[in-house]
Amino acid sequence: MSDHHPVPEPEEAHVARLRLTWYAAEQVLWMVPLVLGLVLFLVGGLLVAVWVGVPLVAAAIPLIRALTRRQRHIAGEILGVELPSPYRPLPEGGPLVRLRAVAADPMTWRDLVWILWAITFGWAISLIVVVLLLGVATGFFWWFGCYPLLWMRSQVDRVLLTYGSTETLERRVAALTISRAEAVDHSAAELRRLERDLHDGTQARLVAVSMSLGMAEELFERDPEAARRTVSEARAATSAAIADLRSVVRGIHPPVLADRGLDGAIRALALDMAVPVQVVGELPGRPPAPIESAVYFAVAECLANASKHAGHQQAWVELSYAGSPGAGVLRVVVGDDGHGGADVDAGTGMRGVMRRLAAFDGTMTVSSPDGGPTIVTLEVPCALSLASSSPRTTPSSAPA
Amino acid sequence: MRAEPRLVLAEDNALLRAGLTQLLEGSGFVVARAVDNAVELDEALLEPELDGAVLDVRMPPTFTDEGLRAAIAVRARRPGFPVLVLSQYVEQLYARELLASGDGAVGYLLKDRVSDVREFVDGVRRVLAGGTVLDPEVVAAVMARHREQPLDRLTVREREVLALMAEGRSNASIAGALHVTEKAVAKHINSIFAKLDLPVDLEVNRRVQAVLAYLRL
Repeated sequence: MSDHHPVPEPEEAHVARLRLTWYAAEQVLWMVPLVLGLVLFLVGGLLVAVWVGVPLVAAAIPLIRALTRRQRHIAGEILGVELPSPYRPLPEGGPLVRLRAVAADPMTWRDLVWILWAITFGWAISLIVVVLLLGVATGFFWWFGCYPLLWMRSQVDRVLLTYGSTETLERRVAALTISRAEAVDHSAAELRRLERDLHDGTQARLVAVSMSLGMAEELFERDPEAARRTVSEARAATSAAIADLRSVVRGIHPPVLADRGLDGAIRALALDMAVPVQVVGELPGRPPAPIESAVYFAVAECLANASKHAGHQQAWVELSYAGSPGAGVLRVVVGDDGHGGADVDAGTGMRGVMRRLAAFDGTMTVSSPDGGPTIVTLEVPCALSLASSSPRTTPSSAPA
Repeated sequence: MRAEPRLVLAEDNALLRAGLTQLLEGSGFVVARAVDNAVELDEALLEPELDGAVLDVRMPPTFTDEGLRAAIAVRARRPGFPVLVLSQYVEQLYARELLASGDGAVGYLLKDRVSDVREFVDGVRRVLAGGTVLDPEVVAAVMARHREQPLDRLTVREREVLALMAEGRSNASIAGALHVTEKAVAKHINSIFAKLDLPVDLEVNRRVQAVLAYLRL
């Protein structure tokens, strides 16, 4: 034939069926590891009180999760949808901390229910599919039956192994309630801090200025020289008040962020650091202003922490954006070559950063093994507006 | 430079614009045109009979860094055109961009420096004469970045002299600020240049450029 199809041929019917049957055979063979995982988990769970149970459960969890991951993949293939991994992220910490987090994850318990299904009725369905193929005479039933049977089984697998839409929504509402409360707390705390800064700094200095000027007014008649001195003191005090105000403004919203957007502002921030900070990457557009500001302060906090604790020679910031500009993820990685061992829970600063990012569904992950390096990854889903920031006039990666 | 240098002034705050105009005219400058937005500024900078410009960074229409961009643009069009940029805050990033826009005849100061009238007017004159003027806050930030560098070899007094040099001051002005003689300043400068391996150059602006290059601003 001379005319080729531009699109690849769909998988041939018998190949597709053989692949399904291969999946079924896999599921049949899982009987052994599934029973093993279940027994390990149950026995370990009963013995957790006397410690020996801990390693048993710790061995069972990865085994069970590997099998459920494979099952999600297979069921996803058969149903033609992607089934995401529904587990909660594991916290940093010792085995007991992680074990407790695993036990608190409802999906752990649903996995167990799924095992009960997968070693009984589910197993039987997969076995039937395999047997229909192997018994040559039953080929007719295999040809027409394997897909409907495995489709049925996959539906049940999906119900057990992933959260339904109602559950997903409920969890989303719960997460939003928490992050909203934290965002409100955070902004209230910020306002209190601003009030304090203005009250103790700028306001107090302006009171001093007006006092000095009042005194000078009195002195002009009697002692012009002293009056002149007082006026120049007042001028010095206004300079200090302006400097205070400048730092307050920077704390609310750094002007350079408005001028140059996130990448320019982070480059400016890098220049102000005592150790060299390399900034790489550029954003194809500008994120929404609140996200820009939250990420900027997160990076500032990370760099400040690094210079306080890390004892590093250099630091770096990587900016990137994955996905289409309408719906992608902004990712900023801040790293330093210091001695590591950073503890997120030790300072209030990092927790504040996390809360602020959480309000935008953003996340912060910290990897800081003893001996370093410390790497903080910030990720925020957001859209970018394509109105580009200002044209750059010098190569701006620091240091020149 | 003519006896009464003609300047363009750009500042969007009416009070400050009036104050700066009064201050500059009272100090022997002619404010040829005082504008309050970037569009009129671009137009004003086209006039051939100008000796320099004093620009605010943030102006309408977008209230970001119009003044800075106008400064860089005009210096690309008219190389060596003296520009003094004023701002409510200073950024090393902007200082770098200004310094990269040409050799000398450039200044970058915080707006509150205006309150020291004599110092400010002196700064404008130095920029018009082709010099470089940098805000002490920028210089302090740059010096702070070089904590663990050969700067440690300098004495405290030498560091003070270096900072004032980086701000773009002349020997006489440094001597005045530190209450020492010009001769003593010259001695410190020689010692600094020897310690930092910089080429000795008597021309003030080339010397400032060397210091800034050394500090990697």
